[in-house]
Amino acid sequence: MLDADFFRRWLTAAAVCVDREAGRLTELDSAIGDADHGSNLQRGFAAVTAVLEKEAPQTPGAVLTLAGRQLISTVGGASGPLYGTLLRRTGKALGEDAEVTPGRFAEALRAGVAAVAQLGGAKAGDKTMLDALEPAVAALGDTTASFAAASEAAERGALATVPMQARKGRASYLGERSIGHQDPGATSSALLITTLAEVSS
Amino acid sequence: MRMLINVPETVVADALRGMAAAHPELSVDVENRVIVRRDAPVAGKVALVSGGGSGHEPLHGGFVGPGMLSAACPGEVFTSPVPDQMARAAAAVDSGEGVLFIVKNYTGDVLNFDMAAELAEDEGVRLAKVLVNDDVAVTDSLYTAGRRGTGATLFVEKIAGAAAEEGAPLERVEAIARQVNQNSRSFGVALSAGTTPAKGSPTFDLPSGELELGVGIHGEPGRERRAMMTSREIADFSVNAVLEDLPPTGPVLVLVNGMGATPLLELYGFNAEVQRVLIERGVAVARTLVGNYVTSLDMAGCSVTLCQVDEELLRLWDAPVQTAALRWGR
Repeated sequence: MLDADFFRRWLTAAAVCVDREAGRLTELDSAIGDADHGSNLQRGFAAVTAVLEKEAPQTPGAVLTLAGRQLISTVGGASGPLYGTLLRRTGKALGEDAEVTPGRFAEALRAGVAAVAQLGGAKAGDKTMLDALEPAVAALGDTTASFAAASEAAERGALATVPMQARKGRASYLGERSIGHQDPGATSSALLITTLAEVSS
Repeated sequence: MRMLINVPETVVADALRGMAAAHPELSVDVENRVIVRRDAPVAGKVALVSGGGSGHEPLHGGFVGPGMLSAACPGEVFTSPVPDQMARAAAAVDSGEGVLFIVKNYTGDVLNFDMAAELAEDEGVRLAKVLVNDDVAVTDSLYTAGRRGTGATLFVEKIAGAAAEEGAPLERVEAIARQVNQNSRSFGVALSAGTTPAKGSPTFDLPSGELELGVGIHGEPGRERRAMMTSREIADFSVNAVLEDLPPTGPVLVLVNGMGATPLLELYGFNAEVQRVLIERGVAVARTLVGNYVTSLDMAGCSVTLCQVDEELLRLWDAPVQTAALRWGR
């Protein structure tokens, strides 16, 4: 079973990981975007760590909802609303239970990913974060062991964005010139899922 | 990196503190990043709120004041502001007559303003939204996020701002803003890349001796790269791109805009070429504005925006305006 503490550890570890990888994310973004993805997420996840320490929500749903709201309020750009919606909608789908099964979490995360797709109007293959998130949630099952499979699927999904032509977001303005670069949003999404696998093992 | 800054993290806050010191007629909330005209909310007047990433100064903070914006929300450099800023700004300037959000067509700006609209409407603010999408360099299609919003933002903010100042109701101010956007087209050219403080090196690689035709205001590429051209050739290419998309049937406003690192000497010279092309193409010029208005940090280059005007739009353009970056008629 997964409790509020597990989700706090996940998001805190994600903040550390984003902090470590911020330079790489910004570098990827400077190739096809506007060179701020790393610093924006860094700011947002630092704020998430701070608010979780301060408010210490008691249920998995409350942890994720609070973190999502915090990302929306601090990140800006497209990643703020998109990542914020991912966590907030996942949290809402979890309801008020004190503990949830991995299967229940998988289901909630699928709802979160669907909300991201709806908000951004994107689909798999558009060279966005969905190219990492969709294979990840497809690989999630009823056990925490499936988190490792999700992590691998997300990594593969992020790599698979390299030959794609962007059809959403700022990279879409590049047209064919977006081909050959890994999508920064898919990369950060893979980091988030990889961290999930790490804290659950 | 040679920049007149302390550390990248405080660039926006430092600029806001300096702006507050220079413009006592503005109320600048440095912590929450909202710039408001000091006399807001103005009774009986529709409020105009805009915002976007920092790095495009004087857009938008420089356009806050009587006759133009009621408030502006600067985000991080090249990053849209967050919904809390916009909702806070809307609450601060709403006199009960409603608020018009002026949003440039970038995914981040659109998503955050949409979320802000929900927050503000929950607080009982009557809201309308206009999307600015004037850049002809990138085409609208099923597969793209649509045209970017660039220089026309200045026309929309000035003309709709004048209508609001005259006491036009929200629906009318919104309709005018839409009309200005529909009548406007832009095209931009980069001669060098800009440098964001966070990255500390140019945001894209543009070898010297080349230029980027159709560049966006964040350095996003547009149509193609070519070997350096003369001011005359760039004017021909840019103006023709604009006219091809929207052949005017009446007089136009002209904005010859610098991207931040191109001196006025060059911009005025470029304007001479722009005016020449317009004369050759039989387009009547009603008014011309030359300067750095919608910039892209220290990018060298320029953009041209044309807006076809009728008598009313021209009258509203000429109406008094008193902001940090644009002032006339008072």
